[in-house]
Amino acid sequence: MRERLHVDWLINSIFVPVASVAAGFVVAGLVVAATGADPLLAFTSLFQGAVTNRNAFPETLVSTVPYVFLGLGVALGFRAGLFNIGAEGQFYIGALSGVFIAYSIHGLPAVIEIPLAMVAGMAGGFAWASIAGFLKARFGAHEVITTIMLNYVAFLVANYLVDTPGLMLARDVSTPRTPDVDVNAVLPIIVAGSRLHFGLILALVAVPLVWFLIERTTIGFQLRAVGFNQGAARAAGMSVGRTMVLAMGLSGALAGAAGIVQVLGVSRHMTDTVAAGYGFDAIAIALLARSNPWGVLPAALLFGALHNGASFMQLQTDVSADLISIVQASVIIFIAAPAIVRWIFHLRPEAAGSVQITSREAKTPV
Amino acid sequence: MSSFLSQLDPVSLLSITLITATPLTLAALGGMMCERSGVVNIALEGIMLTGAFVGYAAAFATHNLWLGVLAAIVAGMLIAGLHAVLSINFLVDQIVSGTVINILAVGITGVFYRTFIESQNRAGPGTLPQWNIPFFSDIPVLGPIFFQNQFVTYAMLALIVIVHFTLFHTVWGLRTRACGEHPRAAETAGINVYFVRYVNVIASGALAGLGGAYFSLQQIGNFLPGMTGGRGFIGLAAMIFGQWTPVGAFLASLLFSASDQVGSRLQSVFHVPIPLQFLGMLPYILTIVVVAGAMGRAVAPAAVGRLYKKS
Repeated sequence: MRERLHVDWLINSIFVPVASVAAGFVVAGLVVAATGADPLLAFTSLFQGAVTNRNAFPETLVSTVPYVFLGLGVALGFRAGLFNIGAEGQFYIGALSGVFIAYSIHGLPAVIEIPLAMVAGMAGGFAWASIAGFLKARFGAHEVITTIMLNYVAFLVANYLVDTPGLMLARDVSTPRTPDVDVNAVLPIIVAGSRLHFGLILALVAVPLVWFLIERTTIGFQLRAVGFNQGAARAAGMSVGRTMVLAMGLSGALAGAAGIVQVLGVSRHMTDTVAAGYGFDAIAIALLARSNPWGVLPAALLFGALHNGASFMQLQTDVSADLISIVQASVIIFIAAPAIVRWIFHLRPEAAGSVQITSREAKTPV
Repeated sequence: MSSFLSQLDPVSLLSITLITATPLTLAALGGMMCERSGVVNIALEGIMLTGAFVGYAAAFATHNLWLGVLAAIVAGMLIAGLHAVLSINFLVDQIVSGTVINILAVGITGVFYRTFIESQNRAGPGTLPQWNIPFFSDIPVLGPIFFQNQFVTYAMLALIVIVHFTLFHTVWGLRTRACGEHPRAAETAGINVYFVRYVNVIASGALAGLGGAYFSLQQIGNFLPGMTGGRGFIGLAAMIFGQWTPVGAFLASLLFSASDQVGSRLQSVFHVPIPLQFLGMLPYILTIVVVAGAMGRAVAPAAVGRLYKKS
């Protein structure tokens, strides 16, 4: 029996994700072929741009850093039964509130300035996401709709703040952006000659912390209980509503951390343009990781590599970087429908009950 | 002064409100067919984007706008078919499946747009012609609002009636609602739940695909990546606010598009010192408020979102 469980674990946590990624590339390759381009050439340049080119791997790690935080955030939400599709908006609000602190303070040592900015960024993300948590807990408004709508509002808020003189607009700049953050708030570079910054260490620390929070603390127990069975959680005396708001807030705080780490580590200011896609990337990462914080690490690395390699691929082969969305969508399909992978590889049907990734209760209608 | 008056003109305001409510209503009608049969459809956004792209590409290639409209509808049905396969056969969480389609739509339209459309230098296929209905279009007030429109808007008005009739006055509608409320009981009564859900999910794809044609073939005569801009989700909210009924969803869609129009007119006509960005937020915030407010009273189909396995 124990051996059977072990085999099941191997299949579910290693084989199915790896096979899903492989199948995702096959689907994407077919699409590339349909456009008349050479899929092998496209994937070769994708790999070169992600790994083997000069400085490509450090750049891949730079892209991985925000993905780790974003993936952790969405995974944490999944565990509480919440589908946080608004990580992107929380990312921007977190970056905005963090950058405000980071360019406003001066002259303090880095060990104070960086944590201050981080806390501000996470608080921003927490506050923004907990709006959706509150609306769900109090009114039953489904978080998929509210978080998407809050994304659009967040973009417009960012646009307003960064574009308006007297608010966050820097003086004497040609394109609208905030002032640069204070020198002591910048995350130090950890590999000379690259852009790889201390955020990578922070991301690596965040993984065990989030794991501990979910698996070993009372709060984590409540999150999982609410995600698994709201009725039982309520019967056990937990406040389901408060737990939802908290879970959504924590999920948003991690997305906010992604935003502020990106600002302090890479861009050092914020512009009013919005690069779309972080929210859906984060969902793909969390699903690929099966909502396990440790799984987020390899999943984020994969998506960091895809993200980074895609622009080189577009440059070299003129295949649109949007191709990685097709890889992502296919990966999610195969992950979420293990029946398909098992059917392709003739594996025996999964033991009942182990299929669920997001222990969601479909209580609120969309 | 004359432009000031013409911008204030309530007839033109109502007319533009009806036009911009078109894709919202079509998305809402699609979501309704789907959810009444028990399948959640957050993929409307991606289906509309696919319809917008394929419709434009087909019209571009064939120089025929009507083939474009047809292609948009077929493309919507195909990608909705994927949602049906995943959520009905493979029992994928319906929210996850919908998310997959939204991501896939961005990828597919982006890749093919770059390869086949972006680099082309020749002129696009133009926009669908405006049809003035003889006699009716001359009626003051009502004429310019209802009878001087383009195809997708007329189709939307007709489909409100058709979907209402189908859902509430036909055997098919009764079966659909039975599958959405209590699939087990429906199956016991001899209804093929999978079949009913399949047809309804694919029908929702046709409706949302037509909604996509609005953007590329009716509104601007071009395709831009991400041009649906969250309208699929607002349509879904309109469906909820409209209590899963066609007329209710239509009125809710009008409310959303009116909030958009009134916002932009407040600024351009009255020079109200409200930043543009805040006016832009109006429809999104209204959606949030409405979804939160409507949810308490809403009567969603009882089995919506729950996976159903044939016994």
